[in-house]
Amino acid sequence: MTAVLVVADHRRGDLRDVSLELLSAGRDLADAAGGDLHVAVISGNVESFAETLNREGVDRIHTVAHGEEFNHDVYVQALTALAADLAPEFIVVPNSVNGLDYAPAVATRLDRPYVSDAVGLDYADGTLEVTREMYGSKVETTADVADGPFAVSIRGGEWPPAEGIGDAEVSEFDVDVDEDAVRSKVKGFEEVGGGDVDISDADFLVSIGRGIEEEENLELVEKLAEVTGATLSSSRPIVDNGWLPKNRQVGQSGKQVTPDVYLAVGISGAVQHVAGMKGADTIIAVNTDPNAPIFDIADYGIVGNLFDVVPALIEAFGGEPPSV
Amino acid sequence: MKVLVTVKEVATVEDDFEISGTEIEERFLDYDLNEWDDYAVEEAVQLAEAGDDVEVVAVTIGPERSEETIRMALAKGADRAVRVWDDAIADVELLDVETKAELLGAVVEAEDPDLVFSGVQANDDSFGATGVALAETVGFEWAAVVNALDTEHVLDEGVASLRRELEGGIEELTDVELPAVLAIQTGINEPRYASLRGIRQAQSKEIDVQSLDDLGVGADDVASSLDVTAMYEPETESEAQYLDGDAGEQAAKLADVLTELGVVGE
Repeated sequence: MTAVLVVADHRRGDLRDVSLELLSAGRDLADAAGGDLHVAVISGNVESFAETLNREGVDRIHTVAHGEEFNHDVYVQALTALAADLAPEFIVVPNSVNGLDYAPAVATRLDRPYVSDAVGLDYADGTLEVTREMYGSKVETTADVADGPFAVSIRGGEWPPAEGIGDAEVSEFDVDVDEDAVRSKVKGFEEVGGGDVDISDADFLVSIGRGIEEEENLELVEKLAEVTGATLSSSRPIVDNGWLPKNRQVGQSGKQVTPDVYLAVGISGAVQHVAGMKGADTIIAVNTDPNAPIFDIADYGIVGNLFDVVPALIEAFGGEPPSV
Repeated sequence: MKVLVTVKEVATVEDDFEISGTEIEERFLDYDLNEWDDYAVEEAVQLAEAGDDVEVVAVTIGPERSEETIRMALAKGADRAVRVWDDAIADVELLDVETKAELLGAVVEAEDPDLVFSGVQANDDSFGATGVALAETVGFEWAAVVNALDTEHVLDEGVASLRRELEGGIEELTDVELPAVLAIQTGINEPRYASLRGIRQAQSKEIDVQSLDDLGVGADDVASSLDVTAMYEPETESEAQYLDGDAGEQAAKLADVLTELGVVGE
């Protein structure tokens, strides 16, 4: 019996980390439901990907060789065909940018309820309970999903990557792709904003977030960076507002950084941001909200107003704070 | 050309709040236009400004209170507004993705737009799925997490040349045939403030309220597949060493820490 079908994520020749995490989430569900764990890997070098995906607990890997890179129309067709063939009780996909681009369409086409961005999954007595975050991670909720079969996406970093070497059967799944129904064409990739500074090289980052409120106030953290010899980086809203260039953005859709010290000023610590900076040796956070998630990963915390703390810090290093 | 923009009024939560059952108590909530949808509205209005004869229609699913939010879209330049609501929808605690796609799909069928812009996600429920589910429901092509769109190309060629923002500072360049739903990412543009004149004009515009009957959607179709069983504040796992005192004392302690860590000073 096919209990679970998980869908691997890859880009430009590399499997993405969440692919191995999906195997763990999928194995748990397969155990709870009593059945096999199947893996789909679509496009790219599927044979090489299948080798990496062949971990303990995987029963079968289906390769769909079609094109080099992700195309959502191909994914939707392949997964619809696979689901018709295997009738899995669960389809589990990553809540990655590509997952966002095909999973809702697959669930809709298969008429399955779709629950995204799960941080926990529990299946017992025919009921799937999904744990999710709402209101920018301020609350967690659990929800029971009505009758399966189900489709869920999982958040990266929430399940451990599957380990060990498996003995899964690897087989090619032949999909007769209807090219007329492929109405999107991926033309290429580009890295954004090279710029003059590479924040991923910096030892000490002073990073600024929404708490800075106005563009004019940036001068304050620029001064702090200057007197401490730090490199200035930011969370997403600052770049969205056009206050700093894209090459300064730390996070899932920005740069991943691993400095010795990361000083997060006025950054709440949304999961997308944390994904880019959790590898810092020492994390220091300054925020007015004592419940801000950034404090969960900080080594040092200051609960306080950055407009009071930062000028005092500039002075402590012999600088003169700008008036903002 | 007609562009439909889906907008949502979302609840924002104060720093300190209390939960009652499976909901945050109303007194701790404020309501606002979803951040992602603000960019979607701007993208639609910019398209209208760049082309001749482009109509922008904003649509929302929400109670009467949400008219304030959809009027923001009108004030920023949308031509018309549709609000979908019904007692049967009001009874649902958390609308699931299928229901939203079904309801918005009925509006798409009625309006027959060339393009639909939606925000990538809503910052209250964070499903991040409505746009793509809607596209599949109505048989449109789509793209998720769009952070750049070639406006002239859309108007002239009927193809959306766009960029999708992938993880790790990589962008994907993709062409999407129309009609299409594009899920718009923040940062794609700079959303304008509504002008006073725009706000005044928006106040006098009529909002077209559509019930399930009007849309030809059955009450059964809005039964959510999700039953929220618990809501709680995540347990804090903080092991941070807090630097206490007034701002001056906190700064002095932080200066010591930074010096000890060897990244500054000497």
